[in-house]
Amino acid sequence: MLDRLGDLIGADHVLTEKEDILPYGFDGTAALKQLPAAVLLPGSTEEVAGIVKLAKEAGVALVGRGSGTGLAGGSVPSAGCWVLCLLRLNQILEVDTENLTLLAEAGVITRDINKRLESEGLFYPPDPSSQKISTIGGNVANNSGGLRGLKYGVTRDYVMGMEVVLANGEIIWLGNKCVKDVAGYSLKDLFIGSEGTLGIIAKVLLKLLPVPEARRTLTATFDRLEGAAETVSAIIKAKIIPCTLEFLDQKTLRCVEDYAKVGLPTDAESFLLMETDGPAAVVDLEAGKMKAIAEEHGALEVKVAGDAMEADNLASARRTAFSALARIMPTTILEDITVPRSELAAMVRYVQEVADELNLEVANFGHMGDGNLHPTFLTNEKDEEEMERVEKAMELIFKRTAEVGGTLTGEHGVGLAKKPFLSGQFQDHSFELLKQVKKTMDPEGRLNPGKIFDL
Amino acid sequence: MSSRSPVPSPARRLDSMDYSVLQQCMHCGMCLPDCPTYQETGKERNSPRGRIALMRGIADGDLDLTSSFGDEMYYCLGCLACVTACPAGVDYPKLFEAARADIEDAQVLKGQRKFWRWLAVKTIFMRPRLLRMIGRGIRFYQWSGFDRLARRLKLTILLPKRLRALEPTTPRVRSKFSNQLIDAWERPQGEMRFKVGMLTGCVQDLAFSNVNRDTVDALLVNGCAVYTPPVQNCCGSLHAHNGELDLARSLARRQLDAFDLNQLDAIISNAGGCGSHLKHYGDLLENDPVYAERAKEWDRKCKDIHEWLVEIDFRAPTSSFPDKESITYHDSCHLCHGQKVFRQPRELLRKIPGLNLVDLPEASWCCGSAGIYNITQPEQAEKLQRRKMENIARTGCTNVATANPGCHLQLENGFKLTGENGSVYHPVSLLAEAYRNEK
Repeated sequence: MLDRLGDLIGADHVLTEKEDILPYGFDGTAALKQLPAAVLLPGSTEEVAGIVKLAKEAGVALVGRGSGTGLAGGSVPSAGCWVLCLLRLNQILEVDTENLTLLAEAGVITRDINKRLESEGLFYPPDPSSQKISTIGGNVANNSGGLRGLKYGVTRDYVMGMEVVLANGEIIWLGNKCVKDVAGYSLKDLFIGSEGTLGIIAKVLLKLLPVPEARRTLTATFDRLEGAAETVSAIIKAKIIPCTLEFLDQKTLRCVEDYAKVGLPTDAESFLLMETDGPAAVVDLEAGKMKAIAEEHGALEVKVAGDAMEADNLASARRTAFSALARIMPTTILEDITVPRSELAAMVRYVQEVADELNLEVANFGHMGDGNLHPTFLTNEKDEEEMERVEKAMELIFKRTAEVGGTLTGEHGVGLAKKPFLSGQFQDHSFELLKQVKKTMDPEGRLNPGKIFDL
Repeated sequence: MSSRSPVPSPARRLDSMDYSVLQQCMHCGMCLPDCPTYQETGKERNSPRGRIALMRGIADGDLDLTSSFGDEMYYCLGCLACVTACPAGVDYPKLFEAARADIEDAQVLKGQRKFWRWLAVKTIFMRPRLLRMIGRGIRFYQWSGFDRLARRLKLTILLPKRLRALEPTTPRVRSKFSNQLIDAWERPQGEMRFKVGMLTGCVQDLAFSNVNRDTVDALLVNGCAVYTPPVQNCCGSLHAHNGELDLARSLARRQLDAFDLNQLDAIISNAGGCGSHLKHYGDLLENDPVYAERAKEWDRKCKDIHEWLVEIDFRAPTSSFPDKESITYHDSCHLCHGQKVFRQPRELLRKIPGLNLVDLPEASWCCGSAGIYNITQPEQAEKLQRRKMENIARTGCTNVATANPGCHLQLENGFKLTGENGSVYHPVSLLAEAYRNEK
């Protein structure tokens, strides 16, 4: 079978030596690893389809992967599987400036899309923190969010079409360049966020937007943890929709500053990074209002970034938050809960209470404007007793999240990490419906088995 | 890369290392875009997090110390770009040196390398006088014209294949070495503000002794009395990066013996690669009962020349630079990633009147020199060299500044490779020249 795979995609692109495949045994998620049987690096959609057919013949499972930056274990191999790594599908095939679309292969790095668009005065808004290395295919498969989600939405809002290889090896095209399309079910939407369990996404057609005329970045510091959350709720209530409202607590601030050295106020209890963009006059107006609201809610200091470079440095620093937290403890168990924004302040407080009660160390940051929080337990996977307490804390937080009408994952996906908790959120027949969709699309359970839920 | 041989010798350093150093990598992947070898192959094993996963596999007992692992650790440039990229603060140099040392102990790598390692790492670079003697021999070969004759008569065919390919890239050895250009003690003309020790390096001493002279001149202008021991040992960077930690320790001790730290405000290095290693004697000798404390003091006092000049608020030259209007700057990996000295060389160049500093795209991307990487991995080294030369061409500059002898040679050879007529300078040479032009 290995020979046939080699004939299909080239022997160089079939990895089976232990030294070659061991580094594909994990993604960006803590404490999850599993050695695959082989790693395959196809160079075209046809090769992907060929691999799917060979996998069927051999009765082997396939786990899709881009750069392996996932945070829920979605691309962690299953035992004996073949990892289907799509990094060689790395071409931007078309930029259509008349229809404002871009066609890319799945393995294109997300940031490279915006680099390509710089000269066109266009941009692709979703900007997950891993954008400098994550692939667009991975983003679509996980419906990734980012720092601009509040105003611009998430990956799903920008996918107009895609080429998918189905579990039976058929290659299909879904969607088009039309702004409106109600012909049949919106099948492409099934694949967005499907975490590689329904098909292998090989190409994506993305919607683009014109770059806004102006933008302005502000920072605010607070001496209370809830100060930031209350300010965010007040800004939304004042009918302002900035593109970014990012929150960092003191622990996160200190770790990020330790790495990035951009002058963050490490003595603040909580911190907001705010950005507004649009026509210059509107930006001026909104920035002024946001500053006033932050001050009304007890901000110690509100600063405006001097220039675009300072603003970019702040955003880049924020993107390192999760990784930088490993400076405190090596195992960082990251949550991705999202709650209605009116519940933010209470949720931030609750996370801290749970951590205190269970004697755990927690840092908190997140896309507060979206109601999306990333409380991160700082622990050591070698300490089994503490890991059990972390598990307990997660249960409590998920339970409360469900009670206030939130979701256990806003942008990372379920994968393996959140799988045990998913049924808590789908309490009616909807959980069965999820499984029925999987059974219909992939009756043999070939694609990324054991992720999201067990059949 | 598939030959595997079970080995009796255990990976004693990786096994016994504080596990938290390995665990510090939380495999987020933020290092991947900055790793030159990963960007070349797109394969995880050729990335920092992939390599750390292999090391952890060995420490966990999931993987043997194989020749394939050995190949991988020598495919790594050791450029440390991943250290700059890593938000989690992984101590990659420690892991990298331990892995290479384990590989050498286990002797998993085969081929002629044993002889060459013995010759270079264990012999020549352990004996400064022998190194200078060899330097004189090479100089005679080059300046007598015998090198051109040998090439014409195809006598170089007598050399082993690898040396033959390298022969034309051998640095032009200077007629005078540092000890013939610099007195043991030199004092500034005006007020003496500081006393510093000066490290002359190995390759720098043979091929760029003028840079050492320029460094001392720049220090003198800025009120530093300079102590330069006439015979100096290798700092041990070559040894530490090539799995010979015991030899590296021995060289570090000799270095500490050569300078009286109580008398000196700083120890100055002008070679990025050396400096990056020199600043970590504290780690290297942490278990040495005699030297541990002095090594820590050494780390505190050891400064890169640019770093030191900016720290003491060096005087901007007043003369203008007539003939080298535009220049670009290439970061030595071990200066910018290893020592985090990124801003200072640029600041120095900007302060020279008449010099226009043009930003180099991918300035901190490795040029492929990487210690002896261009000898051990010529193919990958040349790819990186070409990439660097393309970026330099994009700036429109034919003058490049860089602050490490390995990079200096790699760029000079790069100009030869592309047929461009370009020149390479150490920033401090330009500063010294500007001071001289004032007179």
